[in-house]
Amino acid sequence: MSQFGPLMLGLVLLHSVSVAPRAWGETIHRERSLYQTVLVSKRGHLLCLQFSQRRNHRLQSCRDERHRQRLALTYTKMMMSALLLNPAPGRILIVGLGGGSLPMALAALYPQASIDVVEIDRAVVEAARRYFGFQEDAGLKVHVQDARVFTRRTSGDGPAYDLIMLDAFGADYIPEHLMTQEFLQEAKALLREGGVLAANTFASSKLYDHESVTYHEVFGPFLHLRSAQSGNRIILAARSPLPSLMTLSSRAAELAEALDPYGVNIQNYPARLTSKVDWDTEARILTDQYAPANLLKER
Amino acid sequence: MSALIHALAFGGGFVIMSLELLGGRVLAPYFGGSIYVWGSIITVFMASLALGYLLGGRWSLRSPSLGRFGGIFLAGAVLLYPLVYFGEPAMIWIFEAIEDPRYGSLAASMLLFVCPTLMLGMISPYAVRLAITTAEESGNIAGRLYFVSTTGSALGTLGTSFYFVLWWEINTILGLLTAALLLMGAAALAANWMRRPSRTR
Repeated sequence: MSQFGPLMLGLVLLHSVSVAPRAWGETIHRERSLYQTVLVSKRGHLLCLQFSQRRNHRLQSCRDERHRQRLALTYTKMMMSALLLNPAPGRILIVGLGGGSLPMALAALYPQASIDVVEIDRAVVEAARRYFGFQEDAGLKVHVQDARVFTRRTSGDGPAYDLIMLDAFGADYIPEHLMTQEFLQEAKALLREGGVLAANTFASSKLYDHESVTYHEVFGPFLHLRSAQSGNRIILAARSPLPSLMTLSSRAAELAEALDPYGVNIQNYPARLTSKVDWDTEARILTDQYAPANLLKER
Repeated sequence: MSALIHALAFGGGFVIMSLELLGGRVLAPYFGGSIYVWGSIITVFMASLALGYLLGGRWSLRSPSLGRFGGIFLAGAVLLYPLVYFGEPAMIWIFEAIEDPRYGSLAASMLLFVCPTLMLGMISPYAVRLAITTAEESGNIAGRLYFVSTTGSALGTLGTSFYFVLWWEINTILGLLTAALLLMGAAALAANWMRRPSRTR
């Protein structure tokens, strides 16, 4: 057996080299939209949405066909930690639809809540409907629009949301006008008392420092949570002072049962959430005048 | 003299595309990053340049001189820099007035960019008029001027998108573009002034 070791290793390497640049699994649907390549692919029980076919692609949204309710990707589970800061959101805004797993989970968890989803790419909305069972109803509405335009139009009505989820940053492209001080101020102004903004963003590169100082400038101290494997970072910023670890833990205990069907082990999160300043506080703040997020991400 | 005209045509091309690229960044906070925002900007720049070519050609019929050529650059600078001050209020006003972001971004692009771009569009035909002395070489010289001004455009695009936005704020870059136009205009005026004695012969 031992003499086959190198041969096996060689075959495995060859296999990974020849397979990696292709799609992540069996391609179900591929479409060049106005903004990106929308790719739906399947591997085993997982049906996933991707926006890029590059080797270092990042899965945007996945659904486990055996457990449709369950959130399949780590970062989507991490996003649910926002509920620790506001356990009963009545009005929710989600920027970036993906496969629709977050809005669907929130709609099922909070049937009384009214949820607005803003997605710039109509092709993504259609893929979510067709392949991921996403459905709009009276409480769940999709707006095909740029998020900055939506927040500006909505801001006239005053604070309107208890929870804003920002999930609009792809691995290949960041909408830079959604990562500036001015945008965050507009988003903060949309939050009601006790409201929370959760952003799915990046855990590395120069952008980490710039994004962190920008959030800190607008919200003051915030909580963040990183995933060791996926390179995702979740930022939880609130309008009111941050709750104590004790409050977070007791809320986690209360939410645990309700979140269990979604595959979210919420009780893991309080200890992992930190407000530690682990970035270069001298980094330049991102503003509408200075927003080279995509360039900074490559550094 | 011919070298100066070519250098100025290069600079004009550089400023035009740098400005066009910044247009996207200026509009994004109000009208987003949707494809129609870029559509509006490109439409307005193309239309303004087209008109500028027409007017620049017309204007070159009336006693063309390096001095007047420099005047185009100075006027371009004067029309460009106010963007820094009235850009925001203009976009707020349009955002309130026009609901549809397609027409909002088109109106904003027009209000902000028609005047400076039209003026900068006058540079090319005027440069052709100044550089050409005989009919035989006219195509050759026009080709060379297109070459340098479009090369300037290419570098203006590259420099702005790769480096300037990483180094400076948008308003700083607009200030630098204005300063470049003023310098180029001054250079043309100076050259015109120095040539004056020889022209009277």
